[in-house]
Amino acid sequence: MQIFTCPSCGARDEREFHFSGELGKVRPNTTGEVNEEEWATYLHTQGNELGAVREVWMHMTCAELFVMERDSVTMEVLSTTPLRKDVS
Amino acid sequence: MTRHYSAFNLLREGLRGHKGWGRAWRSPEPKSAYDIVIIGGGGHGLATAHYLVRNHGITNVAVLEKGWLGGGNTGRNTTVIRSNYFYPESAALYDMSVQLYEGLSRELNYNVMFSQRGMLVTAHSEPDMEMAARQLNAMRLNGVDAELLDADQVRRFEPALNFGPNMRFPIHGGILQKRAGTGRHDAVAWGFARSADAGGVDIIQNCEVNEFIVEAGRCVGVNTSKGEIRADAIGAAVAGHSSALMKKAGVELPINSYALQAFVSEPLKPVLNSVVLCPPFGTYVSQSDKGGLVIGGGLDRVPSYGQRGNMPVQEAVLSGLAEMMPSLSKVKLLRHWAGIVDVTPDSSPIIGPSGLDGLYLDCGWGTGGFKAIPVGGWLLAHLLATGKHHEISRPFDRNRFVSGYLIDEGAASGIAH
Repeated sequence: MQIFTCPSCGARDEREFHFSGELGKVRPNTTGEVNEEEWATYLHTQGNELGAVREVWMHMTCAELFVMERDSVTMEVLSTTPLRKDVS
Repeated sequence: MTRHYSAFNLLREGLRGHKGWGRAWRSPEPKSAYDIVIIGGGGHGLATAHYLVRNHGITNVAVLEKGWLGGGNTGRNTTVIRSNYFYPESAALYDMSVQLYEGLSRELNYNVMFSQRGMLVTAHSEPDMEMAARQLNAMRLNGVDAELLDADQVRRFEPALNFGPNMRFPIHGGILQKRAGTGRHDAVAWGFARSADAGGVDIIQNCEVNEFIVEAGRCVGVNTSKGEIRADAIGAAVAGHSSALMKKAGVELPINSYALQAFVSEPLKPVLNSVVLCPPFGTYVSQSDKGGLVIGGGLDRVPSYGQRGNMPVQEAVLSGLAEMMPSLSKVKLLRHWAGIVDVTPDSSPIIGPSGLDGLYLDCGWGTGGFKAIPVGGWLLAHLLATGKHHEISRPFDRNRFVSGYLIDEGAASGIAH
């Protein structure tokens, strides 16, 4: 099994982790008018980068969401950092 | 030079020491311009070239392949051909493909070894049986034949399945689509390539597209590792690498690329009659003509362009097989591979204009591209030749993600991803 590193729990088996989505998508401001194109882009369009990627993952056993930088070709994990500001 | 494959020519060449067989296709250098350029020399791209010649009489065509023919997902699947889908749009699409496969060996003068041995999807509870009946009725309403089997009929049809008293999910019945089956993956690519080449299409291997040439908002050609090639219309059929290729044209897609694994065992005497899918285990299996079990399952849950699989899915798929057929639990694996599949939000393909004028897409087939090779080629050829949708491809335009008219086969047909 591949080992991923949870910022809270340390190095763990990949089966404990869940891919939540790409980092950097901004939800359109739904208090105003959002056109269909914009909403469809937010919902469905993916960067799906070949090579270096930045993604949001969840460590399911502690429910912590964090940012993982990986290489999508070699599968090497480059870094994991917490999303929460108050976690050091 | 002998080009036509027949019993007579086999005999004649046999008497001459097989020295007269020509190459199945040429390896020309690219011209600077074509009417139509197709990116991707897999099944879909080569089928597109074949149908441009056959259906539209367009022969000034090039197929650009960055590696070798059929070396991507065409050579990395489990060769299952079926049309057991739920929605009318999907039934029309996939059943047309099965029907094209039925006549393909004759049409291409190349044996694609389409064996209509049937596909069985088992049901493992009474609610499962109700859902199976619903699926069956939907298929029949859409004009696709299938049968509902009870437990005894399943046992007679596939006696190797686990009917033991301790089975965790006992078999209650299943759906059988008799016209489904398996084909020979390389033969499909090679047959289309040979036919397209005979029609005048230039098939150019080791030719990677580096960028798209856009003039006045229209895509008018590509820069490749073999120079600039211009075209009136360009089609892309590059499966798991669609996002990466389209980025070069400034087009973003609703696609995630994942690895999909498959396994082949050592050759065995005949043990299976059909393709069997047991949904609770997420595993399906068929037996090739050489006797090897061809085993597949769900996606790796990690987005990936690395053409190899991860351990958790291997464990899930193979333990599922051991539960489906405990008699196979000691069988050894010979080979294992992964292809990079292009998964859309609704698990249905994207066929149609890309968003950049002059550039058309045939992608998003996800885990089911092999079965759709003839229809994918037919529809992309129609788009490239006429600039308009075929009535079967129209629902699969990418604008469905804006309109919200999704064709969610991921949910409806219980595709395991």
